[in-house]
Amino acid sequence: MPALPSPPPPTDDTRWQLVDRVMQRLDYQPSALIETLHAAQDAFGFLDKTTLGYIAARLHLPPAKVFGVVTFYNHFTLQPKGEHTLAVCTGTACHLKGKDRVLSWMKERYHLVPGETTADNKLSLVEVRCVGACALAPVMLTDNTPIGKKTFEEATTIIKEWLGDES
Amino acid sequence: MNREELKNLADEHSRHLEGFTHHILVCAGLGCPDNEAIIAGLRRVVAEQHLDKQVLVRKAGCMGLCALGPIVLIQPGEITYHNVHPGDAEEIVAALGKEPVPRLLLSEDLPFFTRQYKNVLALSGRIDPESIEDYIAAGGYGSLLGVLTTMRPADVIRTVQESGLRGRGGAGYPTGLKWATVAKALGEKKFIICNGDEGDPGAFMDRSILESTPHAVLEGMIIAAYAVGANRGYIYVRAEYPLAVKRLQRAIHEAERKNLLGHAICGTSFDLTLQLRLGAGAFVCGEETALIASVEGRRGSPRPRPPYPAGKGLWGCPTLINNVETYANIAPIIRCGAEWFASIGTEQSKGTKVFALTGKIHNAGLVEVPMGMPLREIIFEIGGGIPDGHTFKGVQTGGPSGGCIPEEFLDAPVSYESLSALGSIMGSGGMIVIDETSSMIDVVKYFMEFCMEESCGKCAPCRTGTVQIHRLLTRFQERQATADDLAMLEELCDLLKSASLCGLGQSAPNPVLSSLRYFRQEYLDRMIPADTPGEANS
Ligand SMILES: Cc1cc2nc3c(=O)[nH]c(=O)nc-3n(C[C@H](O)[C@H](O)[C@H](O)COP(=O)(O)O)c2cc1C
Ligand code: SF4
Repeated sequence: MPALPSPPPPTDDTRWQLVDRVMQRLDYQPSALIETLHAAQDAFGFLDKTTLGYIAARLHLPPAKVFGVVTFYNHFTLQPKGEHTLAVCTGTACHLKGKDRVLSWMKERYHLVPGETTADNKLSLVEVRCVGACALAPVMLTDNTPIGKKTFEEATTIIKEWLGDES
Repeated sequence: MNREELKNLADEHSRHLEGFTHHILVCAGLGCPDNEAIIAGLRRVVAEQHLDKQVLVRKAGCMGLCALGPIVLIQPGEITYHNVHPGDAEEIVAALGKEPVPRLLLSEDLPFFTRQYKNVLALSGRIDPESIEDYIAAGGYGSLLGVLTTMRPADVIRTVQESGLRGRGGAGYPTGLKWATVAKALGEKKFIICNGDEGDPGAFMDRSILESTPHAVLEGMIIAAYAVGANRGYIYVRAEYPLAVKRLQRAIHEAERKNLLGHAICGTSFDLTLQLRLGAGAFVCGEETALIASVEGRRGSPRPRPPYPAGKGLWGCPTLINNVETYANIAPIIRCGAEWFASIGTEQSKGTKVFALTGKIHNAGLVEVPMGMPLREIIFEIGGGIPDGHTFKGVQTGGPSGGCIPEEFLDAPVSYESLSALGSIMGSGGMIVIDETSSMIDVVKYFMEFCMEESCGKCAPCRTGTVQIHRLLTRFQERQATADDLAMLEELCDLLKSASLCGLGQSAPNPVLSSLRYFRQEYLDRMIPADTPGEANS
């Protein structure tokens, strides 16, 4: 097959190298798509139109196919996240053991529901599927770190700190 | 690496380890937060007291009793400490070789420890998951070298068949039979896949195995690949398990450096490359045909079977796909023999099974028991029963594809056959204990919501049926249900079971059906009074 022209990265941001490296390692095969999307999201925090367009072009895939894959998988996000993230586990043990308490607190105090980010872009609240630390239920992760057994107290302390909320 | 080199490496590393008078093993799994600070604290104290030559502080895998974590194990002496804080380091080091710290000490004869049968978990919590030398010193990769030097692929398959091992991913398909099918399938290229998608919420056996003994999974996969004639393989792990991913990556790299993976493995003509693939948050990708689509870089939509992956899998080639725990059983079967394995368990369910005990239970954590152990023993003796004076209501096995077993059947043995006779399934090993404070309708609705959100939408019965069932369950929850709703609920469950394309839709009604069987009164109590059967319609 004659080589199709391959576009250069959209900007000279060095993070594109991380994305390029994955595609290169996987030989620019269409099957590299999901791994490449992971790399891009790890590098930029989310996937925007430019990123998707670039990946589609490099892997010689129709943009619609790339978009279809991105929207199929819950892990991929098209929206940027805040500086910090509070992830609330929605696993069965967490459901039985009252994950809703922190969610109600967030809603009441900061008017934040899962999927949203505060106006000052400091904090995103997300729900995640079972992270498998069920003995700590209800499980919350602050910037990807699971917090210990005093979940509610610890989580609310950390959140207040992040948001500069001193009351 | 040949057998002699492996033995030399094992001896050398054992000597190194035996050079220390005390080993302090700290659980460094996801379930024990703060473990890095504990390890750092212990190392600092050891260094300050110039004990570096006598005391070895190391990270280890999961020790099972997550509810009381972080857990620290002292060897020799099998001293287990629970709820350890970084600040306890000085006391722990001071007590080495003397009376253990009473405040932190866990009794050795807790049923939690004595009633288990550790096979897959035998090395979990006892070796450093990030050290291939540790695994080798504990006998690791011995089975692989034995296979490569003394067994033909057909011998390996026969051994696995005779062991009676059945798949641990949920369906319980005989592993040896699957291997024989892939081995016989025509095709130049064959693939092997490890299913580490573990999407069942409340299950964490595979996470723990991958985090604690990644080499055991690799060894099982390499043996499997040799047996079926595959030269390329993938390990598909959920993106929600970053620690497992990191440790696997490292394990693959170390195995390659030792020539246990890659080209001409251990000087034979057998080649195998293994690569990791990350899931991206889709439960349905645990289903084998969806998983294959995902490895191919596509949306994870299942396709009808047959053809089964054993004949036409990854890129249309014969593909062996097994679960993490299934592979972790292989090296012990080769090492101890098929008869040994077949001597454990029941007629149709052989060996041991790892369960994740969670929910309203004292000793939430990871346990391994022989198949056939009564549920009551697992929950009330090993698990320590229900905390806070509450009473047992049911145990959900098989997660969103399983059912809830009530008190009256707690003496049933855990096995594929008896759980399915009770209208539940073995599933992958999640066991969620429910007490009287939870409403069954709420639990069932939670699982239906899960299936509704995770349905891939490819076929109508599942796509729309899960939504309708969820809506009906909400009516029960709000005490607005009628007799028609109840009839409709049962009819829809039937429809999903028989008309859905893949296992997700086919098994989504299971929690509803099992609760209708054992907790029907809860549904009846939540109907509009005039509609409740048996009440006068005046
Ligand atoms: C919706 C759905 C989800 C599944 N999830 C998993 C999973 O997370 N892990 C797994 O090993 N098998 C899962 N399976 C079963 C696989 O399709 C397959 O049977 C299994 O990986 C085969 O391995 P085994 O024979 O070793 O059990 C799932 C099946 C369905 C229908
Ligand atoms: S049963 Fe559900 S998950 Fe399976 S193919 Fe159909 S819609 Fe998709």
